[in-house]
Amino acid sequence: MDMNEIKEIFFQECEEQLAELESGLLKLNDGDRDPETVNAVFRAVHSIKGGAGAFGLDDLVAFAHVFETTLDCVRSNKLDPSPDVLKVMLKSADVLADLTNAARDGGSVDESRSRALVKELEALANGQAPSPSALAEAPAPAAPAPAPKAAAPAPTDESGFQPIPFTFDDEPTEELAVDKPLFEVIFKPRSDLYAKGNDAALLLRDLSRIGDMTVFCNTDSVPTLDKLDPEAAYFQWVISIGTDKGEEGIRTVFEFAEWDCDLQVKPLEEAVVNEDQPMVPVPFDLSVLDDEPAPAAAPQPAQSAAAETVAAAQTASQVMEAVNTAISAKAERAEKKESPAAAAAAAAAANAGGAAAGVAQTIRVDLDRVDRLINLVGELVINQAMLSQSVIENDNNGGASSINMGLEELQQLTREIQDSVMAIRAQPVKPVFQRMSRIVREIADMTGKSIRLITEGENTEVDKTVIDKLAEPLTHMIRNAVDHGVETPEKRAAIGKNPEGTVRLTAKHRSGRILIELADDGAGINRERVRQKAIDKELISPDANLSDEEIDNLIFLPGFSTAEKLSDISGRGVGMDVVKRSIQALGGRINISSKPGHGSVFTMSLPLTLAVLDGMVVTVAGQTLVVPQTAIVETLQPEAQNIHSFGANQRLISIRNSFCPLVDVGRILNFRATQANPVDGVALLVESEGGGQRALMVDAIQGQRQVVIKSLEANYTHVPGIAAATILGDGRVALILDVDAVVAASRGQSLKPEMAYASAG
Amino acid sequence: MKKKVLTVDDSRTIRNMLLVTLNNAGFETIQAEDGVEGLEVLEEANPDVIVTDINMPRLDGFGFIEGVRRNEKYRAIPILVLTTESDAEKKNRARQAGATGWIVKPFDPTKLIDAIERVTA
Repeated sequence: MDMNEIKEIFFQECEEQLAELESGLLKLNDGDRDPETVNAVFRAVHSIKGGAGAFGLDDLVAFAHVFETTLDCVRSNKLDPSPDVLKVMLKSADVLADLTNAARDGGSVDESRSRALVKELEALANGQAPSPSALAEAPAPAAPAPAPKAAAPAPTDESGFQPIPFTFDDEPTEELAVDKPLFEVIFKPRSDLYAKGNDAALLLRDLSRIGDMTVFCNTDSVPTLDKLDPEAAYFQWVISIGTDKGEEGIRTVFEFAEWDCDLQVKPLEEAVVNEDQPMVPVPFDLSVLDDEPAPAAAPQPAQSAAAETVAAAQTASQVMEAVNTAISAKAERAEKKESPAAAAAAAAAANAGGAAAGVAQTIRVDLDRVDRLINLVGELVINQAMLSQSVIENDNNGGASSINMGLEELQQLTREIQDSVMAIRAQPVKPVFQRMSRIVREIADMTGKSIRLITEGENTEVDKTVIDKLAEPLTHMIRNAVDHGVETPEKRAAIGKNPEGTVRLTAKHRSGRILIELADDGAGINRERVRQKAIDKELISPDANLSDEEIDNLIFLPGFSTAEKLSDISGRGVGMDVVKRSIQALGGRINISSKPGHGSVFTMSLPLTLAVLDGMVVTVAGQTLVVPQTAIVETLQPEAQNIHSFGANQRLISIRNSFCPLVDVGRILNFRATQANPVDGVALLVESEGGGQRALMVDAIQGQRQVVIKSLEANYTHVPGIAAATILGDGRVALILDVDAVVAASRGQSLKPEMAYASAG
Repeated sequence: MKKKVLTVDDSRTIRNMLLVTLNNAGFETIQAEDGVEGLEVLEEANPDVIVTDINMPRLDGFGFIEGVRRNEKYRAIPILVLTTESDAEKKNRARQAGATGWIVKPFDPTKLIDAIERVTA
């Protein structure tokens, strides 16, 4: 793994953290006061900051830092997460997302926006109420903010626990050079030093690296054996060292230990040890420490004593022996003590494990691998179908053979494998829904509206490809709902509505599809205006008699836009027709129902996966085609008295007192030169773009089956009227009909002549 | 013999950076994602030194350090804390909990290895 890969992981992680951040903030916004929610929000920002720092993404670090500081105030209850505060935080989350994206893709961000937010955040951290004029109030500089006092004590607190960059020089120091300033260091470890995993021997070793030194050990305070605590520290070390690192350099060595020892460092005028020291100076040979295994092998619990033993060995052998005895005694005790301690630890671990079991375990898999697996399973399904078919064809035992039974089981297993594999790709719609909340915020801000987005069923799962393609149409619809649907707060107040508008985004499963609903409580569709507009644009004739529902659906017509002026928000040259087309491209349908004064509801129904499809297998002019089941409303057997000629070569079929254009699929696809007799075939009543119905004529229905979709574009080339291909059980290729394209083509007679014979198989 | 380092951090990014840095420096690295997991793997990992983050879900760095120190076998193991510059207060708490030393984030590989070598024999 190299740094680039880690960076990639970092950005992936950022995305997750940003999602976590946003959902946490939204939870707080809904009144959740669980400290863990606040912690999670804080951690998300903290994590992003940490990673960003490692990659030198300074803009991101600077902003995350300010954000984190303010969040810390919330965490420590210094700042109440009021709606106003959360508004600033949500905006900050958006900016953080922008900065992350900019760091990844090299784009730029709206600097004035982030600067303004930095000021707002700082103002919040400093205990000022959020206000629109916070910009003017906070004269603090934009970039890395000085941490407000409330959040973090200044680095120079009494602990002096201030990080100093390490400046270890490994170059060997020459002999006690006279030109290097001499220092006397008196170092007396306290027992705590060892308890925290520090070790006098290691500190002395480190010290020896910054200069030449002489070490003396003062063993005066070592008590008699009966009073000796093997874990206590008794030695005092007196070191004279010549170093050009200065007093600071020496103190840096003791950086980790300074709390847990008495340390004096003073410059020496001469290279002489202070004679006034009441002690027996013992030269201490540091080379002992270089014997790697010695300290490491020493029993850990008695390390403090062990370390000092090294020195003791040089002085009084009795002491050493005493210490050794003490060590082994202690070690024995330690061993005995360990069992209950270990048992307790194991119990704790088991508890923790139990808690962890409740959390869903996940693994991260490269999408390519999943796709490959899905492809293979697709092949398996086809192969299994082929096998079944050939066994049936060669079966002489009337279907009772063990082969048949095995085959049936195989079929079931195959189906199960397929379903499970598809489930791997299924993902909750949550990320898309979360993105929407940002869009709502932004548009509400731009239009001066106050909107509350409520999402429901965000854990509803659907195939990843569907999710990826869902974001764009959904974004557009949300924009429309906020921009055109919901009224301004003043207007709402005037008509007695809650000034805050509500947009509700819901996802749920229904009969093998996912249903996404977008409802607003705005003004609803102004049917008079829509109708007038459609007439003005010559989309409908002035005397057309349209139901309310039909009028509502006019907004999906290409070239329709009701906004009086093209606003910055929804008027980006895309209309609802584009939304409709992208939903249809996903094999979905979209509907609107609107109640004037009460708002509109858009309902989208989408397939759960784009990899398989339930299709009706039909025969047209000797070719086998698959018609997506979702498009078919009903099938019927036309009778002669219901077929009516219309115009030159158009025909209509009357179904329950209404007329519906009859479309000969074979003719449209140029499978045959003349129209077939409808009475000889079957009509598939399909619903197409704009809600209109058409009866598609096919010769016969072979059956219904789930088929694996194979892209024609990827393997061959785009064929008008054909959506994709599949392989049937008998190994033949069948084309999947693009119902909407066929219906559209029927209006303009036939598809392009160049695809004279789209042969299947 | 390779020295064993147990790293505890909830950030995948940091975990990976630690892994790469430590492996390149010739350490054997065992990783845990939070304090709870850190304590779970402690016995089996049997590390020579521990590097831990502070802000983590389930069990934070303070709790983790206290947990390690309560374990008779590891009560004197060197524990380094990953901190940021501004966290003076947190460093104090980490020390009280029993941390040996600290590494200032964002760490660079040299700093990290230096710090580990400072506290290990």
